Amino acid sequence: MQSEVMFAGFGGQGILLSAKILAHAAMEDGLEVAWVPSYGPEMRGGTAYCTVVISDRLIGSPIIRNPMHLVAMNRPSLEKFAPLVKPNGVILVNSTLISIESGRDDVDELRVPVNDIAVRLGNVRSANIVALAAFVARAGVVKMETLRHCVKEEFATKEKLIPLNMAAVEEGEKAAAK
Amino acid sequence: MGKVLMKGNEAIGEAAIRAGCLNYFAYPITPQSEVAEYLSRRLPEVGGLFLQGESEVAVSYMILGAAAAGERVFTTSSSPGISLMSEGISYIAGMQLPAVFVNIMRGGPGLGGILPSQADYLQATKGIGHGDFRLLVMAPASVQEAAEMTMKAFPLAEKYRNPVMILGDGLIGQMMEPVEFHDNLKTKPVDKNGWATNGMDTRGSSQRNLIRSLYLDPEVLNRHNLELKAKYDRMQQEEIRFEAVNIDSDYKVLIVSYGTMSRVCRTAVDQLKAEGLEVGMIRPQTVFPFPEEAVGNAAAGKSCRAVASIEMSMGQMLEDVQRSVKGRQPVHWFGKCGGEVPTPEEVIEFVRSLAR
Repeated sequence: MQSEVMFAGFGGQGILLSAKILAHAAMEDGLEVAWVPSYGPEMRGGTAYCTVVISDRLIGSPIIRNPMHLVAMNRPSLEKFAPLVKPNGVILVNSTLISIESGRDDVDELRVPVNDIAVRLGNVRSANIVALAAFVARAGVVKMETLRHCVKEEFATKEKLIPLNMAAVEEGEKAAAK
Repeated sequence: MGKVLMKGNEAIGEAAIRAGCLNYFAYPITPQSEVAEYLSRRLPEVGGLFLQGESEVAVSYMILGAAAAGERVFTTSSSPGISLMSEGISYIAGMQLPAVFVNIMRGGPGLGGILPSQADYLQATKGIGHGDFRLLVMAPASVQEAAEMTMKAFPLAEKYRNPVMILGDGLIGQMMEPVEFHDNLKTKPVDKNGWATNGMDTRGSSQRNLIRSLYLDPEVLNRHNLELKAKYDRMQQEEIRFEAVNIDSDYKVLIVSYGTMSRVCRTAVDQLKAEGLEVGMIRPQTVFPFPEEAVGNAAAGKSCRAVASIEMSMGQMLEDVQRSVKGRQPVHWFGKCGGEVPTPEEVIEFVRSLAR
């Protein structure tokens, strides 16, 4: 069983970081994983995207045209990548910044105002962790417990950020349950 | 130590340290600058030397100097940077010095682009510099393999007193995968007293080791060239490595592919098998020496109807595949360039067209 998760948004929204935390969690869960960034010539504020391939066996192609799931942090990302998502996948939509819908009726569209939640928690920069946690809670690609552990580990050198990001995980998980 | 999640570029840097190489000279270039970033932090921690040269040309001669002094040394670069180093690489080969060069290829020619490519195959395997010499060239297909090949490169360079190249592509450098460093791959440097410069004046040694690539007497130079050739012949005997995929099936099509491209092909092989079309694959892990016999034998398989060289270049490895198949089968080419990586779907469509 293989699933691919595409993270997409503006540069600066923490796209690569949340994808890396997911990849780390998958590794900790004993799965094969590949984290594939887009490293093309991009301008500041341009689109950033990153694919995480998670599998229970050796991963062949790390290049994925049609991901299983999408985490869209801004509108251009949703418009560009929503049509590529495989049927029955999860599309997480950052509804704070995206007013439109994915236009797909064959996927599980999860709309979460991740920026609003992050601002309420005290720092908009934790929006990516809110989104990551909401996505994982819904799609179940890794264990929530492993995700918590990996978020903590990611911020181990910036300890004062840990409470904020753990709160972001909790809120994200809650948002996915509604 | 268990598995850690690392970029290919970082894993190459860490692997070199674990192989016992504490000297790194480099000049940054996308898509491999993370090696320098990583080692600029890591090498001082382990008492090693990180030095950013003023250019790739300068770096190649820093490598030459350190290797001549008997030190384990390496550098990393990407396509245009490797071209600049090619002069130094020729001197290093002529002087029979061990050194490791990593090329994380990007699209070309000229400055080209910064995305993954395999456009330097012929340069790496046939003619990276002037003169008559070869590099031993290994091509990783994963972060794990990039780390292992880097560790193996140092003893191989010393075994042959010849530069060794790791030929990766931008994706291998940029991608993160779990990697485990096998410290049993760490080797002791060979005894270099017989040839390395030893500072005889300061150490009271009476042995004068002269390292040179200038041989004005044609008879002597010819002998030198024969000595070099004997090393490359020995590599053909002892160093060929490859992986065979689905080769015990009744495959109708044989794919030859390496590096990132072979990962895409492997997915295509699996999907086509599920559809009922058997496809075999030979994945060269060394591209010089090339697994000529393995490819030739696989192409002669009784159900095989066509052979395809699938590469992110315009038919470069194709020449080695044709040479190996020796006209026994039609040899086709499929690929993309410029930083485009063919998708499994595109490979599948091409292979289906060959099987029809």
